Amino acid sequence: MALFGFKKNSNAEADNSSSENQVERGILVFENTSEVIQAENLLKKAGWSIRVMGPPPEIRQGCDLVIEFPLIEQLDIVRLLTEKGLPPLKTVPVTSPLLQPVDIFQVKDFGRYLMVRAANMKLTLDKETRTIVNISGGGCPDVPYLAASMVGKTLAEAPSPREVGHTLCGYALQLAYEETLRQCCA
Amino acid sequence: MLCIVGTVPCADFPLVEGTVSLRGEQLHIGTSLVDINRGTPALLGAALKAAEALGRPAPYAYLVGDTGTGAGSRRLYRHLTEALPAADFKTITFHYLQPIVYWHQKVLAAIGKMAFRPCLIADAGFMYVAKMSGEAGAYDLFTPDVGELAFLADEEAPHPFYTRGFMLHEDNRVPDLIARAYLHGNAARYLLVKGERDYLADAGGILASVDSPSEEVLEAIGGTGDTITGLVSVCIDAGMDIQAAAIAAMRVNRLAGRHCRPTPATQVADIIAHIPQAFREMQAG
Repeated sequence: MALFGFKKNSNAEADNSSSENQVERGILVFENTSEVIQAENLLKKAGWSIRVMGPPPEIRQGCDLVIEFPLIEQLDIVRLLTEKGLPPLKTVPVTSPLLQPVDIFQVKDFGRYLMVRAANMKLTLDKETRTIVNISGGGCPDVPYLAASMVGKTLAEAPSPREVGHTLCGYALQLAYEETLRQCCA
Repeated sequence: MLCIVGTVPCADFPLVEGTVSLRGEQLHIGTSLVDINRGTPALLGAALKAAEALGRPAPYAYLVGDTGTGAGSRRLYRHLTEALPAADFKTITFHYLQPIVYWHQKVLAAIGKMAFRPCLIADAGFMYVAKMSGEAGAYDLFTPDVGELAFLADEEAPHPFYTRGFMLHEDNRVPDLIARAYLHGNAARYLLVKGERDYLADAGGILASVDSPSEEVLEAIGGTGDTITGLVSVCIDAGMDIQAAAIAAMRVNRLAGRHCRPTPATQVADIIAHIPQAFREMQAG
């Protein structure tokens, strides 16, 4: 899953969640999910090995994401984010397993239409015209906004959820959107 | 009176409160008009149609614009903490709000200061934050879909985005997920689970289920869960007990869906337009 995968590290390292490796990683905590998404885009474009995860219980506020990063790279990463106007609120070493975002997709074929579900979000596409015809599920306030921005547009015309979304539901819709792209190109 | 709390997907929509009405195909509140195609406006659109069918007054609403930044939700949370202690609503339905544990607790405290405790219904973001806060038991009814039920059943997930994979597996039967949600104290007094088959349950298990008429494509249509929450809210506020209200809402939602001959591209406004016909059919037996 490209969205959360490490870019430079090997898969073996990315998938390793042993306590030995956990202490070598830290998390970047931001004011809100929008900043996390912006920072993720920025750091991935710069080639850093990061991934988006759920925060540990002690810093959880509600609709939260954090960025897990190699602790040894802290100075460079924080410097880049600060230069770009996205300084994290704090950095914290990872001492316990973090929550994994959902990675299961459910696909339903309605003939002309294809519905893809990721977590609580569903995206339905007209396969003939490649038009997004419905977005359903979710509970955060950007879901109706994302639907208004995307429904009725083709995959080529519609903004991706990560461009206009702000919350975990928006993030889940991004996963459904990427899986839809993958299904259509398969 | 029924009160509905939620957001409108427009950043500059002001914080408003008042009785809502329909003007053509738009929702009217104060001096504002909103399309009823999705989110809380879709819930309100369904509630208005149901209120009309049952001869009930139009719902009162607290709305604010929020496109996901949470800024509007915070303003609304703060307003609720100030307004609710003096309010006398019989039923309050909370819907699309940014899940923020701090503000959820403040709102619950404000409800605790009301002269009479209203029936509390939560769906969407407010249901998420009720569970995150460990306060699910303070509510009378949650209205999750099957994916959200898996989130309620997963005692470790603070948001549906983190629901563990084994909970989402299709082999998980809805009754098992309901039992697990109650086992860990993450369900309201009643659960209305929306899906291929709709269920009403409490801590004792399944109380009722409705699976006809069946329109498989409704699952794809955004807002069909919002409409059922609006319908059940009005039925409860009209004096039905929660079990009767839930069964009526499940049936009317399905009948309205059937009457609009849906495809996966149908928009929820088309279904809402068929709610009066669905009520007539249900009342005719």
